[in-house]
Amino acid sequence: MPKVKVKRTRPTLDMTPMVDLGFLLVTFFMLSATAAPEKVVVVDTPSSVSEIKIPDTNVITISIDKQDRVFFGVDGQNTRAALLDKVAGKYGISFSPEEAKAFSLIGEFGVPVSQLKSFLSMPMEARKAYNSQAPGIPIDSLKNELGDWVLQTRLTNPKVVIAIKGDVDVNYETIQTVINTLQDKKVNRFNLITDMEQRPTNL
Amino acid sequence: MAQVPESGGDSGKGGKKRAKKMSTALDMTPMVDLAFLLLTFFMLTTTFNKPQTMEINMPVKPDNEEEQIALKASNAMTIILGENDKLYYYFGLGDPAENPELVETDYSANGIRKVLVSPKVKSNDKMTVMIKPMDKSRYKNVVDILDELKITDTKKFALVEIAATDKQLVQTKTGQ
Repeated sequence: MPKVKVKRTRPTLDMTPMVDLGFLLVTFFMLSATAAPEKVVVVDTPSSVSEIKIPDTNVITISIDKQDRVFFGVDGQNTRAALLDKVAGKYGISFSPEEAKAFSLIGEFGVPVSQLKSFLSMPMEARKAYNSQAPGIPIDSLKNELGDWVLQTRLTNPKVVIAIKGDVDVNYETIQTVINTLQDKKVNRFNLITDMEQRPTNL
Repeated sequence: MAQVPESGGDSGKGGKKRAKKMSTALDMTPMVDLAFLLLTFFMLTTTFNKPQTMEINMPVKPDNEEEQIALKASNAMTIILGENDKLYYYFGLGDPAENPELVETDYSANGIRKVLVSPKVKSNDKMTVMIKPMDKSRYKNVVDILDELKITDTKKFALVEIAATDKQLVQTKTGQ
């Protein structure tokens, strides 16, 4: 009896549905994506059960990192451009169009106004590298530039909400100074950015 | 797969020589590779979950101190956030003359939460909780305690600067 030859065929897989799905997802993610904002400082936020989301636009973010440095950021290129104008006028510094352009594209920053000009004239990579050793925005009572930034931003765009993004290990003293600064500028309502945490069910 | 049936190339002997029909089946592997590469990229760069926030409203700083209404001692509770994640609380306004009893507790479910849901706090809807973080307490402590108040649904609370008498209380407590 002759051996029954098993016919061997290369297994073929119809990939069309997979590709369809793949492209569907690509399209979806491409359209829904808003590029994650550049992380200037590493801030490990505490967690809370709060479920309020931060709005997409018109947000001032005040980040406070482990070394008590304060970083300031506001969204919107036009807001930033107008803000720089105002601050430049107040401090009597003039910025070149290139520096103004750099500022309108900047994320968060943490340099005193006096160093802002040289900071903005740096190339982008150097600026990124500099952020790890940036001094932060002065918040002490003698030279409180944070207050000026907040005030000028609010004059530029009255709709802004203020979010404080503090690191877990920041001393409360620093937070208190920031909050006092805001209250001096008549800002009594602000948001603390936190991570999500499950609400305990049994009380 | 949509396949175009290949018509036989050799129908009829000695017929015209026909161009050999190429198979329409495409090798889709590179395209799929690219598609999934893009998919992975967009999935990783998208920020889906926006950060949560906790909204707090600070009391407006009064223009003159006299307009403020004094809080009754029976309706007040003070929580002091100490360094190294320590937590103390007492009832009343912390007048040294009244000799408030400072109790040490912690951030766990059996610590401050038990106190906040206890009848003494819950049954008194005028009860105002004052949070006084010491300078050396961490930011996390403040958020944690605000979170506890939210969990226990305590509506009346205020973030207050710590007074010297409170520091004194903590010092005598820890000094023991």
